[in-house]
Amino acid sequence: MGLYDKFSRLAAERSSLQALDPSPFGTRIDAVYSSTRGRIGGTDVILAGTNNYLGLTFDEDAIEAARHALAVEGTGTTGSRMANGSYGSHSALESELATFLDRPSVMVFSTGYVANLGIIGTLAGPREVVLLDADCHASIYDACTLGGAEIIRFHHNDAKDLERRMLRLGERAKDALIIVEGIYSMLGDVAPLKEIVDVKRRLGGFLLVDEAHSFGVMGANGRGLAQEQGVEDDVDIILGTFSKSLAAIGGFAAGRSSEMEVLRYASRPYIFTASPSPSVVASVRSALKTIAARPQLREKLWNNAQKLYDGLAELGYSMGPRVSPVVPVMVGSKEQGVNFWRALIEKGVYVNLVLPPATPAGVTLVRCSVSAAHTSVQIDQIIEAFAALRPTLELTA
Amino acid sequence: MFTQDVILENVLTCLRDMIPAAGAIGPDSDMVNDLGLESVKMMDLLMKLEDDYDLSIPINILMDVRTPRQLATSLIGYLEKRNGVV
Repeated sequence: MGLYDKFSRLAAERSSLQALDPSPFGTRIDAVYSSTRGRIGGTDVILAGTNNYLGLTFDEDAIEAARHALAVEGTGTTGSRMANGSYGSHSALESELATFLDRPSVMVFSTGYVANLGIIGTLAGPREVVLLDADCHASIYDACTLGGAEIIRFHHNDAKDLERRMLRLGERAKDALIIVEGIYSMLGDVAPLKEIVDVKRRLGGFLLVDEAHSFGVMGANGRGLAQEQGVEDDVDIILGTFSKSLAAIGGFAAGRSSEMEVLRYASRPYIFTASPSPSVVASVRSALKTIAARPQLREKLWNNAQKLYDGLAELGYSMGPRVSPVVPVMVGSKEQGVNFWRALIEKGVYVNLVLPPATPAGVTLVRCSVSAAHTSVQIDQIIEAFAALRPTLELTA
Repeated sequence: MFTQDVILENVLTCLRDMIPAAGAIGPDSDMVNDLGLESVKMMDLLMKLEDDYDLSIPINILMDVRTPRQLATSLIGYLEKRNGVV
């Protein structure tokens, strides 16, 4: 048996897609001109399939801060946070995030994925039970598996189903971890945090909220869905990423209690990997200041999201359940999805193609991500591209 | 009282409901390669069994499960370990 034989079914499924140019998976973006414009092959495209919600990847202050850090601290730390990889700037970022989130403890990780592994995977040991929303991100599932906890799923965004499953657990529910997300990355819907918190208050458990897509995007100060729904005090740990609204790469966990600090000595994904590069930390610190200082970016983002959602809904597309910076459009079968995605690129619009099983309910969708940096004209151009392709989906949308 | 045969029969019934176009579904059908059941669907199947039996069944029991028979065996094994004889 060959080393890769067990992947033969996967290889067969993907081979036809990989042969396409451009390919929907691992699409090569040949040039990036700005936070919203790029080139794929010979086609200039509007970038409408990134997670660049506030459009800060080309923010001048962030770039200058990163450039300065490169010059004075070098290209990388070459070490773990536990060893030589904790610079003053890492600690400063943790302190600034703690202030921003009004929480006593923040730990910075090398990616958002690693943050989930490092926190959830360490807390959710073999004797623990985790109750997670069925639509949680793969990183959360992976983290639970890493820790060895018993994993119980509840129906997506269904607090009553969570309650039912907690009641089944009896006394064990009091120590269970409940894990949900702020904005869900596929459909753009949000967790019913108030209802989930109500269940937690009655039955116990600890609540972790992954605000990867909602940090910087929701809440009066951009702290996320928990702030928007007024339940921050009931969230034990907020998880987040630097690779979306903060426009870089990295992740964090923010504890409601400073007791979380002990995880620095227990979390293997925190200890056994190199820390974020100084330039990354510098750009994130700058972007965080921008988020705090410029709430108008969130306002612009939501205006753009509303405009795109309304425009596509008016065309008769089947959409996600609510206006959100994540705008999914259902496009029928896998084959239709691939053709639709390629046609959008030809019309100058890049979005994400997402196929089952990565999507809820087995649907194929193209996922648009709105940015505060999109101009009104660009949003119109995206809608026009969808309008031109609308007849191709007449039977399935 | 749960027995492996009862659980197996229920698993087969659930599978027939979930994938009516799958053709013959037997105790030793490979749920992934023969029936095309994605990992998410496997977890959905387990949620349905939890509700049918009003029990907590962690998805961990799906590790190494390929067939309906293996699922029934794994589930019985979990219940015995958790609750004693079932």
